[in-house]
Amino acid sequence: MEKNLFKYIWRHSRHEQLIILLLVVVAQIFYFVSLNIPKVIVNDGIEGKAFKTAPEVTFLHFTIPVPSFLSETGSLTLFDGIPLTQWPYLVAMSCLFLVMVTVNGMFKKSINTQKGRMGERMLRRLRYELYDRILLFPSAHFRKVKAAELSGMIKDEVEPLGGFIGDAYVQPAFLGGQAITALLFIVLQSMWLGMIVIAVLAVQAFVIPRLRRRVIALGRERQLTARQLAGRIAETVDGVHEIHANGTSNHERADIANRLGTIFGIRFELFQRKFTAKFLNNLLAQMTPFLIYLIGGYLVLFGDMQVGSVVGVLLAYKDLPGPVKELIDWDQQRQDVQQKYEQVAEQFEPDGMLAHELQVVPDGPIPPLSGDIVLTGVTVADDGGSKPVDGVSLVTPIGRRLALVGPQGGGKEALTQVIARLMRPSVGTIRIGNVDLATASEAVTGARISYVGQDVYLFPVSVRDNILYGLKRRPIKPAVYDESGRRGRERFAIEARRAGNPDFDPADDWIDYEAAGATGPGDIDRRIVEALRVVELEEDIYQFGLRGTVDPTARPRVAESILMARDELHARLADPALASLVEPFDRARYNRNMSVAENLLFGTPIDRTFDPDNIAANPHMRDALRRVGLETDLLQMGASIAETMVELFADLPAGHPFFEQFSFIAAEDLPEFRTILSRLAGKSIADLDPASRARLAALPFRYIEARHRLGLIDAAMEERLLAARRAFEENLPPEAATAIEFYDRNRYNAAATLQDNILFGRIVYGQAQGPQRVGALISEVLEGLDLRGAVVEIGLDYNVGVAGKRLSAVQRQKVGLARGLVKRPDLLVLNEPTAVLDSAAQQRLLDKILEVCKGRGVVWALSRASLADRFDQVVVLQGGKVTASGAPGDMTTDKNFADLLAAG
Amino acid sequence: MSINEEVELLKTVPIFSKIEPAKLKLLAFTSDRMTFDAGQELCHQGDMGDAMYVILGGSADILIDSPTGPIKVAELQRNGFVGEMAILCDMPRTATVKAHERVTALKIPKEMFFRLVAEFPQMAVEIMRELAHRVEDMNGKLAAAKAA
Repeated sequence: MEKNLFKYIWRHSRHEQLIILLLVVVAQIFYFVSLNIPKVIVNDGIEGKAFKTAPEVTFLHFTIPVPSFLSETGSLTLFDGIPLTQWPYLVAMSCLFLVMVTVNGMFKKSINTQKGRMGERMLRRLRYELYDRILLFPSAHFRKVKAAELSGMIKDEVEPLGGFIGDAYVQPAFLGGQAITALLFIVLQSMWLGMIVIAVLAVQAFVIPRLRRRVIALGRERQLTARQLAGRIAETVDGVHEIHANGTSNHERADIANRLGTIFGIRFELFQRKFTAKFLNNLLAQMTPFLIYLIGGYLVLFGDMQVGSVVGVLLAYKDLPGPVKELIDWDQQRQDVQQKYEQVAEQFEPDGMLAHELQVVPDGPIPPLSGDIVLTGVTVADDGGSKPVDGVSLVTPIGRRLALVGPQGGGKEALTQVIARLMRPSVGTIRIGNVDLATASEAVTGARISYVGQDVYLFPVSVRDNILYGLKRRPIKPAVYDESGRRGRERFAIEARRAGNPDFDPADDWIDYEAAGATGPGDIDRRIVEALRVVELEEDIYQFGLRGTVDPTARPRVAESILMARDELHARLADPALASLVEPFDRARYNRNMSVAENLLFGTPIDRTFDPDNIAANPHMRDALRRVGLETDLLQMGASIAETMVELFADLPAGHPFFEQFSFIAAEDLPEFRTILSRLAGKSIADLDPASRARLAALPFRYIEARHRLGLIDAAMEERLLAARRAFEENLPPEAATAIEFYDRNRYNAAATLQDNILFGRIVYGQAQGPQRVGALISEVLEGLDLRGAVVEIGLDYNVGVAGKRLSAVQRQKVGLARGLVKRPDLLVLNEPTAVLDSAAQQRLLDKILEVCKGRGVVWALSRASLADRFDQVVVLQGGKVTASGAPGDMTTDKNFADLLAAG
Repeated sequence: MSINEEVELLKTVPIFSKIEPAKLKLLAFTSDRMTFDAGQELCHQGDMGDAMYVILGGSADILIDSPTGPIKVAELQRNGFVGEMAILCDMPRTATVKAHERVTALKIPKEMFFRLVAEFPQMAVEIMRELAHRVEDMNGKLAAAKAA
């Protein structure tokens, strides 16, 4: 990276800088003219000096006073003008003043806009370059840097650079020009006043930067400490389990408080110094007007100076401290930003950066690898000087299945990373056929080699996108835009190129279907499912699918077939042996396996409006209950539930698991309900205070007759609740009806899961193995209708969460394996990817993966040597060296291998 | 069946006969009342168990695996209980219990079982009595088997 910020800026923005500079120069001419106008207004327009000799004066007669060596008359005529008498002249001059002010303002606006755009472009370029460099960091460097610090630098620390870049050249030119113009004007009015102004400015320019030197140093410290603070906070988040497990939170608090104290000290000193500098600056700035009044006044009184000139000088000077002060500010900012830039650039220049050529976009499909894998004296040395791989030489045809065995840390893990080129050998070469891994493009290794390690990283997208991630090396098919979209995209691309960003379109289809053996988006899911079957993940994804939701407008066919499955399931449930398992939704019947709230709603809430926790207070629901006269009955029911709960749970200790499992009332609320009940004793429930009534009224909504069995809902009550259900639906205003999707036998319910849509009812409580039997039945129905695949496809939409945390460790590894398999690599490099699985599953997966990779190369670092007999060749690694190698059958005599076998 | 009816029913079960009604109500409320169709298993030999069952209606066979297939060693009727050994000793189920005809059973979770036994020694005595009967029964059968 360019070390000097100014050179960096100049290299990437000189055209824009020059255009803006030109604008600044032109602006100065107008600025100078506008300075002359107040003088003329006062002298001629008001005092009427020019009208003493002639009745008319020419308006817009532009003369610029210039030193006499340029023109004999001492001025330069630009325009002859229109003759006017005094009053119209004053009006015309005042209007001219207004025009000039506007013109100056427009120049400023235009310059600022261009500056801003240029600055933002440069910021974009800089940020992109920094990010680009992260992608080129050698892998060892990631052990030293903190993610939060890197992102903090790109996000926050370079931000002020963007603001400054626009000003880097323009600001000094503009302000300098303005200052020089104003100074020139003052000097032309009066040499003496000019000298005084220059002298004061010189003092300012000398003293202020000295005061600010320490301020810059403090700024640097502030930046460093803030960056470290960000790093420490990220460490707290990453290591939070250790902190809790060791009870060291106060140690962390001490550290952070200490850091904040340091930062406070730095910032406070910074402010003190800044304000001191400001004070001195202001004082010096006010010295000049004082001198202008005094000396200018003296010259008017006793010399030959005109009042208008003094006013002009004052006005010109009023503009002067601004530019000068800003110039000093600019200089300080320059140093500050230059130092910031250097600091950031330094962090992004580790040793051993990858060459850019390794990551160029391939122009087409990558030809398969063939020939032998040849390792020659490969040695990997880490920072500590130890050698995880030490002089390994190996030749094996690429299509063979190679098992790496040996003790943990003996070199097999590192060797897989070397072959997958995640680690670079410090000595030695690796070739696959005619491809040298040291110089081969990542597009080649990425397309033809798959690596799956012990700890797969998943991006927070869907399972499908995670699996297809391995196929996105270049845009395959351009995105389709309509006319305006295309124009917008083109403008976007042009702007990207201007800022040195690549103009790739993420909306293009980047998936290399061909590499996966598919023809397009239509059949890629089939390939994914095949890979899922190999790694035994298909059932899990099917379950995700059942728990997933489908937008029926986006996938009308899936919704339609789910309705078919619903019909089929209910046809089967007609069988008396199965009928007791599910109680279907029926608009005309009370469902004893649903809560009262669910029965009243008879639909799926879409947002929080009709959430079961809020339903008791919902005005629409209360209205419906009032209409059918159920309010008091529900209150009564609430009181009776409260009574039972108080009776049952009275002497259970608070925190007993039964409260959470069975009670309607939390342990801490029990005394409150006891008080309510004692207040109620012998009185009508209507006399109770509103707050207590609200507490009681909320209880029955969670009551499920079949589960809680308090016998509160008899046939008559069922009828009345059904009436309330009807009243609720009929009187629901349309705008509230959007918050609920009512159960409808013939409609797909977009708010409910696939499983609930198929079931269209509730699993009956207390049936032995009920949920399992229903699950099996649903599965059977889906198989019968050939819908299992569709459900798996929905399951593939499941979002895996940050770092795949919504999946189990086993599932994460399996997704990683599927990602490695789906791109059909020539060489599959596996570094104990199944270590988290139980041993039976490990063995099954190993056999399946070897089977599906027949004819292609597999290099597998095995945790258990006993599995090596399934491979063509076994390599034993100990202490980073190959101690034995051969076909599994020939290895039985090797002592090391025998020891490993004995160890399991 | 509502919870009050269930409590009435539980009162007639010998091992619960000495337990006060309020506690029986808690037991009924926190325990699942399960229905097993004929042929369904209440528990399977070798599985880990976390609950015992009290038969409220119907009958079930107790089967033990043998080299020649499962052997029926006993039959459970109403008021009988099963599954207490696995939760008492934290060991896998020692037998398979299969519904002979439609069975209604109260499934008492391990947690609740220990709580009841601790609070009502009378219940522990009832269970001990039943276990002693079973041992005696076994001894008889063993002697008969040896003689034969």
